[in-house]
Amino acid sequence: MHWAQSVLALRSRMYKIILAIRYLIRCRITYFAVLAVALCVWIVVIVMTVMTGLVGGYKLKNHKFVGDCVVGTKSLVGFAYYEDFIKMLEDTDYVEGVSPVIKSYALAGQPGTGQDIRLEMIGVDPARHSQATGFAETLHYHVDDVSKVFEPREDGGLSGCVIGIDRILERDSNGRYTAGPYPADIEVAVSCFPLTSRGALVKATTGLVNTKTFYYSDHSRTGLARVDSSVIYLPFEQAQLLCGMGGVPKRVNAIHIKFKPGVRLQEGCQDVSSLWRMFKQAKTDESQSYLLDAVTVQSWRVHRRMFIAAMEKEQAMLTVMFGFVGITTVFIVFVVFYMIVSHKRKDIGILKSVGVSNANIVQLFSGFAFLIGVLGSSIGTVAGWLFLLKINRIETFLFERFGFQLWDRVIFFIGDIPNEVEFKVLAVIVLSAIGACLLGALVPSLQAASLRPAETLQVGQL
Amino acid sequence: MKKHDYILQTRGIHKSYRMGATEVKVLKGVNLAVEEGEFVAIVGSSGSGKSTLLHILGGLDKPGRGAVSFEGRDLSRFSAGELNRFRNKAVGFVFQFYHLLDELSVLENVFLPTMVSKSVIGWLGYRRQARRRARELLVQLGLSDRANHKPYQLSGGERQRVAIGRALMNAPRLLLADEPTGNLDSATGNGILDSLEELNKAGQTVVMVTHDERIAQRARRTITLADGKIT
Ligand SMILES: Nc1ncnc2c1ncn2[C@@H]1O[C@H](COP(=O)(O)OP(=O)(O)O)[C@@H](O)[C@H]1O
Ligand SMILES: [Mg+2]
Repeated sequence: MHWAQSVLALRSRMYKIILAIRYLIRCRITYFAVLAVALCVWIVVIVMTVMTGLVGGYKLKNHKFVGDCVVGTKSLVGFAYYEDFIKMLEDTDYVEGVSPVIKSYALAGQPGTGQDIRLEMIGVDPARHSQATGFAETLHYHVDDVSKVFEPREDGGLSGCVIGIDRILERDSNGRYTAGPYPADIEVAVSCFPLTSRGALVKATTGLVNTKTFYYSDHSRTGLARVDSSVIYLPFEQAQLLCGMGGVPKRVNAIHIKFKPGVRLQEGCQDVSSLWRMFKQAKTDESQSYLLDAVTVQSWRVHRRMFIAAMEKEQAMLTVMFGFVGITTVFIVFVVFYMIVSHKRKDIGILKSVGVSNANIVQLFSGFAFLIGVLGSSIGTVAGWLFLLKINRIETFLFERFGFQLWDRVIFFIGDIPNEVEFKVLAVIVLSAIGACLLGALVPSLQAASLRPAETLQVGQL
Repeated sequence: MKKHDYILQTRGIHKSYRMGATEVKVLKGVNLAVEEGEFVAIVGSSGSGKSTLLHILGGLDKPGRGAVSFEGRDLSRFSAGELNRFRNKAVGFVFQFYHLLDELSVLENVFLPTMVSKSVIGWLGYRRQARRRARELLVQLGLSDRANHKPYQLSGGERQRVAIGRALMNAPRLLLADEPTGNLDSATGNGILDSLEELNKAGQTVVMVTHDERIAQRARRTITLADGKIT
């Protein structure tokens, strides 16, 4: 019986349970404590969910844009023998897709208008690039037949090009793009500066630049504002020629790699890295082997760290700021408990006069605090969840009804506010809230319990 | 067979309170002894230290100097656990301001001392018995129809009788009452005194403090507290 008592009831005393619940129900001030906890949990759940959603989404877009791993150089000259390395990669058992890529700057504009703008030119084989990255998903007209993305609808002897969506379509005030059923008839003249393997400008047909005209055949929407407003994809061979990399040996700027499912990013990149060292070793005596020295092997995180780091900084800042909100909550709960316990000093005296121990008094108020914490954070969680469920509708309503917008949809590119509550984040928030309540209750109840009963009982007599 | 001469005995109890820089000496060597089955009234003017003395007798406060022994055992040697058990089982306290828990019903207030000493399971097994005893006490105190009321729904005299019920719940060997009639009109006060008298007749040891000589007359023995001492 004694054993059963200890285990089942943890030696808990009945009156503690009864009194904790009665205090919760009967004292109006506890409603405020519950409300304070609920409000804080509510706001933190919402902000953290939106923020982790935004950061997570942003990372995913970056990941999809470049694939898992990038073997490349910052230099516009590029490096040679990429075909040999690709063969080596394709012989391994951890690589799913490989895509050689030409990257350069280009001037582009409608021919004869003289209004050229600077774009980031990316030369890819569309099918291969889609195996290594999420390229195909970003397209509008060719999602299902990527290999034909550079084939314009009307054959005018020109090949097609894929343009970043923000360079070709306008967003309306609702943030929506309106694309026609077919790509509009637009010709784009693209000029590049061809470079020799030593980095010098090549004397080209029309002076120092190579120019070629393409048809707009599709547009790409990665969701990354910088990319979508500055990118132009060209067919791989033509881009290579434009940049002067088509000679012998041919050069590229990067190889994008996607790993097989189940391959850990870190390990995959390390394997590619050692493969690259072997490859470089084998090529030391070849001509232009010096170009291989500038090549690095980077995971997508490292490759895009400049963009991701900024976002992560913001998230860290926000977490710190909400840490302050948390501290404020602890303080509010602390004050509320201090008031409740002060208010209940006489009860503590009464309980002690009938033989309740100090430890049991502290436990009684801790249990009471625990109830408040659980109740408050449950209400806050449910309210936050409901709010997140409707957050996009609320946002749309505010915009349509009052013209109020959190961001200008013509400029910013956040389609939907992320609203998927992450369990881990939620667990941390709820546990901290309950912890805050316990902490808030502990100090005043310890203090009150340590008083002699005669002192607490005198309060009523003075 | 009696192991000790007195149920309660004090030797040279001193108690003083600090009020800023000055020290107020309230008790200056109180010696008293109470035999089992007695009904003792301690009389003294307001502020003479009666409540202070009674708290010390019941283990709710500690004397600055001197000793209290209960059934021959020195209270100051009790461990924290023993002291709690002493407060729970050995003494019953009736306060001038009743001191009931507003969150509990009248019946719950009465059986609180029993509930306090039981774990959840222990309580589940004992609850019926405790409820029966609490009801009996309420009947005895004329409150049988008030069991499910809340303390704030009762009059002063009724509340004080609930407090007496609570004090008697665990059948303590010593009942301490601090001006039990102090807040009541004289008719109601008399009712309370009748109850105490009856209890005493049934063998209950009672120590009551009061500032009122006439009330003190109801006890079988009167002790006067003046200038911090028994005179
Ligand atoms: N906690 C305390 N701090 C300071 N002074 C106290 C305290 N408790 C009682 N006193 C003082 O001690 C004296 C006796 O108080 P008390 O025992 O309540 O008297 P009585 O019950 O006889 O009216 C009073 O002067 C009172 O002001
Ligand atoms: Mg008094």
